[in-house]
Amino acid sequence: MPSLALLAQSLASGIFIGALYGLLGLGLSLAWGLLGQINLAHFALAFLGAYLTYQLSLAGLDPLATLAVIVPAFFAFGAALHWLFARFAVSAFNSLLVTFGLTVIIEAAIQWIWSADFRRLESHYAEVRYRLGTLYLPLPELLTLMLAVALSLALWAALRYSDFGRALRASAEDAAMAQAYGVNAKALALLLSGISAALAGVAGLCIALSYTLAPSQIYAWVGVVFAVVMLGGLGSALGPLVAGIVIGVSEALTAAFTAPSWAPLVSFSLLIALLLLRPEKI
Amino acid sequence: MKRGKLLGTIALAGLCALANAQQPVRIGSTLALTGPLSATGAVHKVAGEIYVEELNKRGGLLGRKVEWVLKDDQSRPDLARTLYEQLITVDKVDLLIGPYATANIVAAVGVAQRYNKIIWHHTAGVPSLLKYDMQFPTGGLPADPEVSLPELVFDAVAQAPKPPKTVAIVTSKFPSVHFISVGAREVAKKRGLQEVAWLEWEFGNRDFGAIAARVKEANPDFLFIGAIGVESLLLVDALRKIDYTPPLHFHMFPAPGPLAKAPAGQHALALTTFEQHPPFINNPVAAAFVKTFNERAAKAGLPDNQVELQAAGSFATWQTIGAAVNGAKSIDDKALAAWLKKNPVDTIIGTLRWETPSNYMPGARLYKVKQLQDARWLVVWPPEFAAPGAKLLAP
Repeated sequence: MPSLALLAQSLASGIFIGALYGLLGLGLSLAWGLLGQINLAHFALAFLGAYLTYQLSLAGLDPLATLAVIVPAFFAFGAALHWLFARFAVSAFNSLLVTFGLTVIIEAAIQWIWSADFRRLESHYAEVRYRLGTLYLPLPELLTLMLAVALSLALWAALRYSDFGRALRASAEDAAMAQAYGVNAKALALLLSGISAALAGVAGLCIALSYTLAPSQIYAWVGVVFAVVMLGGLGSALGPLVAGIVIGVSEALTAAFTAPSWAPLVSFSLLIALLLLRPEKI
Repeated sequence: MKRGKLLGTIALAGLCALANAQQPVRIGSTLALTGPLSATGAVHKVAGEIYVEELNKRGGLLGRKVEWVLKDDQSRPDLARTLYEQLITVDKVDLLIGPYATANIVAAVGVAQRYNKIIWHHTAGVPSLLKYDMQFPTGGLPADPEVSLPELVFDAVAQAPKPPKTVAIVTSKFPSVHFISVGAREVAKKRGLQEVAWLEWEFGNRDFGAIAARVKEANPDFLFIGAIGVESLLLVDALRKIDYTPPLHFHMFPAPGPLAKAPAGQHALALTTFEQHPPFINNPVAAAFVKTFNERAAKAGLPDNQVELQAAGSFATWQTIGAAVNGAKSIDDKALAAWLKKNPVDTIIGTLRWETPSNYMPGARLYKVKQLQDARWLVVWPPEFAAPGAKLLAP
């Protein structure tokens, strides 16, 4: 009979990895749901963010302080990318193809700069963990959870209560009508695309704090994060976090109480179940 | 007139022979120079370049310079297959060396077999996949790794101050390591060790938290991790995060550099055929190779510039080719294969022999167990290969 300690530790582990799924899915979901952009390059951007965190930390910056460089840079990159998409009227389907190409280019650039060797950020955060009875809570994972919750809540509130959010939702619903009411859809789209890319940069920090980096790992996250985005609902700010935690906890409990090799089946089983039972939610 | 023709023919034949003698011996191979396996591919490239450069300084093979025709298979078996076809039919290379990693090697050996070409390879992990009689493994892997490698590891940990009585065997389902982990269960059982956990995960697993919690709960004396690359590091990291360090932990084929730098890697055990300390570097060829490799690897920007299993296996492959060509006095595929079946070859990883029908060696004669001690990999078993003063440590 598995102990309570194993159950608690596995639950915590699932919540932590779920928060990272949610954080990775947040920018992707907003860009997909509100801009009609399926940005596969989001994963490559997140890993570029992770490598930049690694590099800037080697140069002496605190890993968290690297956000001061990465977030504005990624915001500008995301906005510029959307400007290009708008300039060439790239459709949703074509955005998938273009951003796949961009992913390959970013991966090649990462490999060219940092090589395919594994890179590992050795930070003082990695050595800090808190103990609650038999439960251990490592600081890097706690930081990921806090960032995911704070950013998801902030974006949810902004979309729901601010003029910016209302205008963005109106624009996603009916762009022509929203423009007739004076909404500057182009500027809003640039802003949201920038925010989405910046969120990838933040997810990159979290990946760098907890994982060993290799360029090919960009693709390891695609399947599960797409499942998170779909389960959470396209364009939703809180949905990816909730779906991420549901998947993360389900995977962790599967690994804890059955064969760990069954864990990857969980995310897609949940997705298929939702598609069958409540297709209108996707 | 007739005499003139004869003299002309003789002169032409002489010129042809001279031209042939001056043509290089072309040795073709691919390596993963890009793609997910390229970190290790780069190690093999540096090792091969060093050998070819030194060989040509000594006059090459059979009085001819050696040219290495190297192509990038992008870590893809499908591309490796195409490129080996090209090497044989378009580049018309004389000899073939296999690429890096099992899947690509299996693809390349298939092509070599179709053209009846001899092929040497250093890093195929599953001997049962390779039956072609002119393929020659040169990395030292035994014919029965699923038995002899766990035997070696359990022999090593039996020397610990407190020999283990319980074992947890946890493994990736990656083909090259999974079957050895399955073999380890049998070996442990025969030795009377109690198996307190057997866990498998899919290769590419992201979250090791729950697996770590299960290992901690099982609390084994010895943790046997069947993993390749960074997966074992992710597991011991996850264990450290929940404040648990197993007394003894073995990592089958880890990424040696990152594991050495991680605090959780301390006292990790792994397999090797060569480490750059005595007695290995008592061999002057090995010592010279180590010196040059360290310099070249640093210059090539490799983060880890130590010679270990990968670089040494690559160098041993080239040494085998050199010995076979000089021994057979030929670059004919069949003559070389026949010579290798009869003659052992001394390399920096030890004496290679091709004794089984599929040209492997029974028993883990060339493998050793190493341990991370103060961020340095030191061989600790068998004792005759241990670094001076080194012995297995278990906190």
